[in-house]
Amino acid sequence: MRNIPTRYATSRTIGGALAALSLITLTACGGDSGSESTGAVEKLGENEGEVSILAWPGYVEDGSTDPEVDWVSGFEEETGCQVTAKVYGTSDEAFNLAKTGEYDVVAASGDLTLRMIAAGEAAEVNTDLIPNYEGIYDFLKDREWNTVDGKNYGIPHGYGANLLMYNTKDVTPAPTSWKAVFEDAPKHKGQVTAYDSPIYIADAAVYLMAHQPDLGIENPYSLDEKQLDAAVELLKTQRASVGEYWSDYTKTQASFETGDTVVGTTWQVIANLIDPKKASVEAILPSEGATGWNDTWMISSKAKSPNCAYAWLNHISDPETNAQATEYFGEAPNSDKACEFASEGHCETFHAGDEKYAEQIWFWNTPIEKCLDGRTDVKCTDYQDWTKAWAEIKG
Amino acid sequence: MTLSSISSTLSRRPGIRLGLLLAAPLTWLVLVYVVALAALLVTAFWTIDSFTNELERTFTLDNVREITGEALYRTVTLRTLGVALLVTLIDCLIALPVGFYMAKVASRRSRHLLVIAFLMPLWASYLVKALAWRSLLSNGGLLDWAGGLVGLGSPGFGFTAIVLTQAYIWLPYVIIPVYAAYERVPDSLLDAAGDLGARPALTFRTVVLPLVVPGLVAGSIFSFSLTMGDYITVNIVGGANQMLGNLVFINSGSNLPLAAAIALIPIVVIMIYLALVRRTGALENL
Repeated sequence: MRNIPTRYATSRTIGGALAALSLITLTACGGDSGSESTGAVEKLGENEGEVSILAWPGYVEDGSTDPEVDWVSGFEEETGCQVTAKVYGTSDEAFNLAKTGEYDVVAASGDLTLRMIAAGEAAEVNTDLIPNYEGIYDFLKDREWNTVDGKNYGIPHGYGANLLMYNTKDVTPAPTSWKAVFEDAPKHKGQVTAYDSPIYIADAAVYLMAHQPDLGIENPYSLDEKQLDAAVELLKTQRASVGEYWSDYTKTQASFETGDTVVGTTWQVIANLIDPKKASVEAILPSEGATGWNDTWMISSKAKSPNCAYAWLNHISDPETNAQATEYFGEAPNSDKACEFASEGHCETFHAGDEKYAEQIWFWNTPIEKCLDGRTDVKCTDYQDWTKAWAEIKG
Repeated sequence: MTLSSISSTLSRRPGIRLGLLLAAPLTWLVLVYVVALAALLVTAFWTIDSFTNELERTFTLDNVREITGEALYRTVTLRTLGVALLVTLIDCLIALPVGFYMAKVASRRSRHLLVIAFLMPLWASYLVKALAWRSLLSNGGLLDWAGGLVGLGSPGFGFTAIVLTQAYIWLPYVIIPVYAAYERVPDSLLDAAGDLGARPALTFRTVVLPLVVPGLVAGSIFSFSLTMGDYITVNIVGGANQMLGNLVFINSGSNLPLAAAIALIPIVVIMIYLALVRRTGALENL
């Protein structure tokens, strides 16, 4: 019996130690993790030998998807920086991955860049160290999604629109409007698809801008509560016809090929990847205009290989590389020079350099409380509200 | 202190010896299990700066209020619970006869083959299995074709597809403990029941089943809790549906405290499940 009190005492001590340990760990976690800004680098050093990149699918191709498509191997040979790439499907996913600090370079859309900057995840970029920066279209430089307080946080890559794709056999007559996935969606009940991210709410807002002008939406990323409710209502109705939402591009590709999906949002690259023997599809820019992306190559504030990161930024904005990469993804390149390397018609198709056209695409932006359209009499809904609304829409 | 004096001290003091032996694994256990769980619990009561996503460490019940108050979380919790219960039921219904056959009827040789056959899917990656089901269920897939022969289509992507896929993925986790439980039932009991005139059904109900229940319970804990936490299968074959795991995932980027609060739901459900299981007394016989 002598044993019992001892054992009790021991377990109490261990319990105490555990409690203390958890407390220490919690306090350690509680420390401020925001990184202090140190300004952009002035001079580049020697390349580190490796660089890890987080990007949209089709942005970093080393020939493993298609031996013809490779703009990485040359870079590796030239600079000695071995590239490891990770692809992501939504900006939320990218934000989570970027926060781990494992990636030196991030290709980010406008609904991610500002969050990266605000969270201290992005490093200021000294554009003087990137010779190819000069040739980039001026209307892509110093924009609200890549520049904050006059400081550059990245290099413009290319831009494009979220298109409407449909199976030409099943969807007739050929649609010209987003109506195909809203009012007309019940015609293809269970075979409609939509992009699985809160940012898709902006697509509904673009539609409402054209069809319900009395809501007074000026900017699809700047919705007050009433406007958001209208968009949510529209998407909830759409939900009844949606077969599945997609964020993984290979999933929606397969879905169109098998016929599980016949109409929905897509990217040009997906339309290009679909095997014409399996399904005949068409991707169009509907009459209401569309949401789109305008991407930026950023450097992580925790980059382990900043020099290789700068080398990559310069390489990817090289007109020839940029032409290859943007053409493969199906988006407008970032400079007139790139158009000289792109195949004929590419720059015309995507209206590269056409500022007027670019103005019709609502590039992804981060919805914030302060209305982006300049209204000051109401509070706008922010990305958190959109996230909640999106979960509610899916139900 | 020389090596021999260390060893003589240790041999004289079993307490220190045990402490040194357990220190490393215990630290690991505390860090991985206790601290992670505690951090989750604490985070659920914090909030977040809406733009920078930085945690604000001020105590608030908003998240808990939200997940208990809003209809969305009830719907998704019920759906997740429904999937978990159906998956468990299906797996148990398959495991009972299959386990019996493996343990009591099959020859030694075919028993080994069956064990290997049921364990084999565990060697394949989870993703591969879920994607395989996607192609089985898709338009023009095997189920569509087979269903067409009897005038039915494939169930398509959705609730049924999630249940089928999850039931397939977690089946080995139920079969193996049930098989082991049957193995422990002595053949002599079956013979005795037969000698006393019990029909097979009665023997199974009154003699075998009570002895197998602990194995069944162990298996059901696996299939139930693993399904409760899943969010990948539903993404692949779930159509437009979402489960609790998806809500955690979608919020983990923009609102970590809310995600943590949602993650508490399956924890609570599984605790209730374990409490119910404990009341049946099955846990003591494991």
